[in-house]
Amino acid sequence: MLRIDCPWCGVRDEAEFKYGGDATVKRPAADGDAESFYRYTYERANPKGWHLEWWHHAAGCRQWLKVVRHTVTHEIRTVAKAGDDVPAPSS
Amino acid sequence: MSQSHRLPAGGRIDRSRTIRFSFDGRGYEGHPGDTLASALLANGVQLVGRSFKYHRPRGIYAAGPDDPNALVELRSGARQEPNTRATTAELYDGLEATSQNRWPSLAFDISSVNSLFGRFLGAGFYYKTFMWPASFWEKVYEPIIRRAAGLGRAATSPDPDTYESMHAHCDVLVVGSGAAGLAAARAAGAAGARVILAEQDFELGGGLLLDQAREAWRRTMVEALAAMPEVRILPRTTVFGFYEHNVLGAVERVADHLPAPAEHDVRQRVWTIRARQTVLATGATERPIAFPDNDRPGIMLASAAMTYARRYGVRPGERIAVFANNDTAYDSAFALHDAGANVGIIVDVRKNSLRAMGAHERNIAVRLGSAIVGVRGGRQVSAVAIRARNGGAERVIDADLLCVSGGWNPAVHLASHTRARLDWDKSIAAFVPGTPVQAERSAGAALGVFGIARAAADGARAGLEAAAATGFTSAPAFELPAADGESDPMVEAFWEVKAKGKSFVDLQNDVTSDDIRLAHREGYTHIEHAKRYTTHSMATDQGKTSGLLGVAVLAEARGESIEKVGVPTYRPYVSPVTWGALAGRDVGHHLQPVRRTPLHHWHVRNHGIFLETGLWLRPLYYSATRETGWEPILKEARAVRQAVGICDVSTLGKIDVQGRDAGTFLDRLYTNTFSTLAVGRARYGLMLREDGMMFDDGTTSRLSETRYLMTTTTAKAAEVLAHMEFHHQTVWPELDVHYCTVTDQWAQMSVAGPKTRLALQGCVEGLDLSNEAFPFMGVGEATIAGCPVRIYRVSFSGEMAYEVATPAGYGERVWEAILEAGKPHGILPYGLEALGLLRIEKGHVAGPELNGQTTARDLGFEKMMKKKGDFIGRVNGERPALMAPDRPRLVGIRAVDPSFEKRLRGGAHIVEKPDSKASLGWCTSITRSVELERWLGLAMIRQGPERIGQRLYATYPLKNEVVEVEVCSPHHVDPENLRVRA
Repeated sequence: MLRIDCPWCGVRDEAEFKYGGDATVKRPAADGDAESFYRYTYERANPKGWHLEWWHHAAGCRQWLKVVRHTVTHEIRTVAKAGDDVPAPSS
Repeated sequence: MSQSHRLPAGGRIDRSRTIRFSFDGRGYEGHPGDTLASALLANGVQLVGRSFKYHRPRGIYAAGPDDPNALVELRSGARQEPNTRATTAELYDGLEATSQNRWPSLAFDISSVNSLFGRFLGAGFYYKTFMWPASFWEKVYEPIIRRAAGLGRAATSPDPDTYESMHAHCDVLVVGSGAAGLAAARAAGAAGARVILAEQDFELGGGLLLDQAREAWRRTMVEALAAMPEVRILPRTTVFGFYEHNVLGAVERVADHLPAPAEHDVRQRVWTIRARQTVLATGATERPIAFPDNDRPGIMLASAAMTYARRYGVRPGERIAVFANNDTAYDSAFALHDAGANVGIIVDVRKNSLRAMGAHERNIAVRLGSAIVGVRGGRQVSAVAIRARNGGAERVIDADLLCVSGGWNPAVHLASHTRARLDWDKSIAAFVPGTPVQAERSAGAALGVFGIARAAADGARAGLEAAAATGFTSAPAFELPAADGESDPMVEAFWEVKAKGKSFVDLQNDVTSDDIRLAHREGYTHIEHAKRYTTHSMATDQGKTSGLLGVAVLAEARGESIEKVGVPTYRPYVSPVTWGALAGRDVGHHLQPVRRTPLHHWHVRNHGIFLETGLWLRPLYYSATRETGWEPILKEARAVRQAVGICDVSTLGKIDVQGRDAGTFLDRLYTNTFSTLAVGRARYGLMLREDGMMFDDGTTSRLSETRYLMTTTTAKAAEVLAHMEFHHQTVWPELDVHYCTVTDQWAQMSVAGPKTRLALQGCVEGLDLSNEAFPFMGVGEATIAGCPVRIYRVSFSGEMAYEVATPAGYGERVWEAILEAGKPHGILPYGLEALGLLRIEKGHVAGPELNGQTTARDLGFEKMMKKKGDFIGRVNGERPALMAPDRPRLVGIRAVDPSFEKRLRGGAHIVEKPDSKASLGWCTSITRSVELERWLGLAMIRQGPERIGQRLYATYPLKNEVVEVEVCSPHHVDPENLRVRA
């Protein structure tokens, strides 16, 4: 079971969180074209290694968090607030 | 004679008390401190089971959780527990055990002819058999296999015991309480760390329990630990898994050693332990050597035989032979000899042994450079055959117990769970844990450090390191045991005696060395493939004793080193854990919470028939006689169409949205516009997912310039909130908006029907309900029976309707006041079924239409997609394929025949001709109609709107039903919306 160090609540069990997928994709601006929205909705990398992803502290503070997790070892090296600038890791 | 094989003295059993137990219906005696296995051996019982596949006779093979053979059914009735190890089951007065997997009796088992057909049951048997014709498999093979193979029988009635879950945190978790574990726990505890010491046995000490000379030290250590307030000792507790982020799982067998748990106590308890540091002092497991018929009762691991003699005061055999490739087996032989057993010979594959002198002193013959090539005896070993490794004649020696030792495997399972690499240690011919991945370290025999004194010193080292890593650096020293002539195991790698016959590498799953070689010949050369193909080390013992044996046979077949071949990945669970323990208290109605509306108790008192929808309990309809069928539902629906009805809609999701940008936020969430909504008005809204599919719908009201109240469907309430949080927090954080679920804060009731206004005017105060003052989609505040209420003029049924919301605690009072005021007008409460009937008649979409595959356009809402401004799903919702003219779109269907004879069904396909196989779409929702007095429904049909007026067929081949239907507008009732505006 993962232990996630929520910047709002402290270290909490994975059971309190819901996985939210790839956090490197950004929603296109309102005038974005069909191609950009298609990519935003459907295209995901599937890295073996470090990955920047969203986790929702659904049974805690209800905040969406940016988490840098290793998809093989499950090691977590960064947990940040939604608004924090976390560069996409190179796996 | 009772306890014929009990030694006259010695052991850790309490000889002052005698307890009775039964095995296969026969009564025996034993002592407190015995396991079922030691007590059976004390009574001369060696044959305890039949093997899984070949039904070969099997005996007690080990003395702990590593035993592959001695699986029994324990207890009876509802507490019957299959596949319990006799070697770990503590004896209690009245214990009942039954052997498994034998018919008609243990001594005479018909299926042991499987053994004769062994060549058909070899490696890959299941895979190959599945390739036979299916009918043969189903009719012939599977029934036979199910009877012949398998393990014990589970209880068929509910478990009467309770189980629980515990959560714990500690600085240092120590797994295992042998010399290394005790020293590690004491070192860490003395430094001030919070320590948990878990031991799977009922006594602390591990190997120390076999060494009377160390008893004083063991006792001192246990007492010192017990006196430390920050040290928690958990005996009878198996740590079964090492999970990510230093979370470990353990099961404590609180009451398995009792006939039944004490009153109010649990049977077992699962611990979830979050450890900052872990010391794995799990010891080592002795491993066997493969040779023909190495599974006969009377063959036992050498250390197990020593354990039975030293710990339990049992003489496990009368004439003992030992077969070994290392020096520790000599210690076992000497222990048996010193306990008074007759050890005749040690057969050692090595050319010399440092311990041979000790054997001569005890008058035990030693045959160096030799091996056991077979055994005599059917249900019990009667003699062993010996041959020199360099050839020569076979010599047969009488023996009723053969002790085997092929060396020791450090118990690396938990370390392996962490994905730590395993390194090959040539000096002991075994794998040891490599560099730790998580915050753990191994110590003692688990790390390949053998001998009590050395293991204790290594444990103290590990305990100090672990404590220091958690910030506890000053540790007072304590006495460690002195080295006492302990020698290295001096193992010579030796795995298999090649001779004719079945040589088992996995006793529990009946896998032979030939099976491994067959798998290799057939291409399963990777250990993970060979393991699955042969089922080697996949039984409940997880190959604890013999896993490496199979690896060695495969390595030889591949012509490569064991190190290169590697062991299969170990995964939780280290030992079997019962489902009951894992479920804990989360059983039956405790599995998930039950949500009840503020009006629940009124529904109960008034004969509501309930349905679980998600977590909610909602009344389906009301019936004092609990009648079934359509009548009570039709009666409630008619009340709404003809007079007035009231329905509990408190389960609808309600989200209070406030802030300067609340309107902008809602504009982006919904396809239509809310920022232009006037204060005091409500509007129906559509919400899409980003892929353009319908997500949710509901009405949202504007309560003030900066405040809205959203309603969501019951099912999607939680998802919608998370969706809002995601987009606000990650996409539009600049929006000044706050929102909070208020679902549980309000009781909400829909009052609907042509006489609704009359009914409400009898109880509502402070609000003019006339159509002019309070038109359709109006929102206002008032009081009913002195309680504050919010009233929304919205309709789901298609009739004139008002939804009344009041703070939850006033729910019943308001509900009853409305009922009272509606009585002269014929008001009836209606449930979920009538609600559904009415919305289908009106053509409102719900779950079956919002199935995640329909767009706003599919459902006829294209005009609600605003042309200006961004909203979620805007761009993807207009992809060309979603605009294709032949997509199924929402229409109404109604049965041509008004007789109710032929019913419609949800899921029926819509076809052009009664026997047509080409589906035009499907029926989503159906009901009997009170408005049109026939079956009608909603359907998704290709070119649906263009087909209005056509006659088609709803076909349901599963029930051979075909119903002629007419395609029509989905709005079967009042398509002009005159009623809701009346």
